[in-house]
Amino acid sequence: MLDSFWQGWILVITLGSIIGCGVLIQYTSRGQRKEETDETTGHNYDGIEELDNPLPRWWVMMFWSTIVFAVAYMGVYGYGNIKGFLTVEVDGEQVAWSSHNQWKEEVQTFEQKIAPLYNEYAETPIAELIHNEEAMQTGQRLFKSNCSVCHGTTAKGARGFPNLTDDDWLYGGKPENIVQTITHGRQAAMPAWQSVLGDEGVADMTQYVRSLSGLEHDAAAAQRAAPKYQQNCMVCHGAEGKGNQLLGAPNLTDDVWLYGGSTKDITFTLKNGRNGRMPAFNEIWDTNTDQKIHVVSAYVYSLSQKK
Amino acid sequence: MIKHDDIERSLPLMVVMIVIALSWGGLVEIVPLMFHDETNEPVEGLKPLSALELEGRDIYIREGCHVCHTQMVRPFRAETERYGPYSVAGESVYEHPFLWGSKRTGPDLARLGGRYSDEWHRAHMYNPRDVVPESIMPSYPWLFENKVDGRDTPKKMEALRMVGVPYTDADIEGAKDAVDGKPEIEALVAYLQQLGTVITKR
Repeated sequence: MLDSFWQGWILVITLGSIIGCGVLIQYTSRGQRKEETDETTGHNYDGIEELDNPLPRWWVMMFWSTIVFAVAYMGVYGYGNIKGFLTVEVDGEQVAWSSHNQWKEEVQTFEQKIAPLYNEYAETPIAELIHNEEAMQTGQRLFKSNCSVCHGTTAKGARGFPNLTDDDWLYGGKPENIVQTITHGRQAAMPAWQSVLGDEGVADMTQYVRSLSGLEHDAAAAQRAAPKYQQNCMVCHGAEGKGNQLLGAPNLTDDVWLYGGSTKDITFTLKNGRNGRMPAFNEIWDTNTDQKIHVVSAYVYSLSQKK
Repeated sequence: MIKHDDIERSLPLMVVMIVIALSWGGLVEIVPLMFHDETNEPVEGLKPLSALELEGRDIYIREGCHVCHTQMVRPFRAETERYGPYSVAGESVYEHPFLWGSKRTGPDLARLGGRYSDEWHRAHMYNPRDVVPESIMPSYPWLFENKVDGRDTPKKMEALRMVGVPYTDADIEGAKDAVDGKPEIEALVAYLQQLGTVITKR
């Protein structure tokens, strides 16, 4: 809200300018000829003479209409603290226009329109919703605007960002797991092992990790690392390296590698750790949040269901 | 009475009249805002940028990020749906200069903070195509090699303090050590991750 001084300030200057424009056009028009003639103003520059004609009528009319428009505009939209005649509907009530109220009306109108649809989707269990083509289209659009930046438009992921179309799940691929992941996000916590294992230990462990999925490896080195694996790594990745979805610890025995399965990549992961993070969408979305999460979860779930 | 001819024939008089004519808009639209709480008071919870974030901001300016990215969510449904709550003036009171921008080749960044992981930002800055194949954003691999030089950081903070950013003596004293020698990417990501995080819900 403007205080009364500044309210007066803008009002006086604005109305003053508008009235001033009216006075100016009146003053300029005075003493002009009524009709167009061949009389000149007496100015002659290089043989070019200036006719002494009145201002064109269409031009004067337009000037006046801008003045009328300005006053009408102030009346419709209001000025400073003074409310205009224009109203918008917010929370079911007619309130004076402001850019905030206009935005609010726009949002509320849309939310009301979309709510029945979202509610219908929300009442359908995810396992069923994946057969609803319309819902899947909505889910795909939400996915593309919000998730594709990391997981890709085809949801096939990228290095460091999981592929959502396969059967391999870090935190579980059941509908309720997916809802949990999207709602609250995930924070991976693979520690850095450099200081614990040392250079040689990391090199040996790399060979052991490769041995788990049957990749080419140095059997002697893997043998050396095996007891250390049971000491340090099995807590999360399991004794057999099958991972643990409660902790988001990946299965090391398959051929899915989030950060690469080459000797170099595994060494880097072991040395420096990995801290992948999935953002929490209940902190990002704030309208129809649960419904949106439900629909996107269904879309993500559907990706690994149809073959 | 003053005549049109008199104004046209006297350059000083014409200059004065033009300045008066042009200043009305500014007097009405700009001057009152200089004395307005909504534009002068920080929103609740707003903190000055840390030394590292401040250096990140300068990298953002140096690399010209503001040429393709705005930092201004406008009050339209389409924008608040995509980016989050619309921007308010009180979020920018510590910004000198502000980086609202005027052209969106890439998306708006006013509410970027926390949307993506640090790791995503690093991968994206090194080569945007690695995470967004359709992206036309340039790569910034040198940010991973260049180190932040902290010699000027305290001076920058002192200058900002002079124009009203409430840095404490302790902030300024610790600034050089907080940033010196860190990779530039770390500063930039720190800056990006705090963007628009003061207001999270509309």
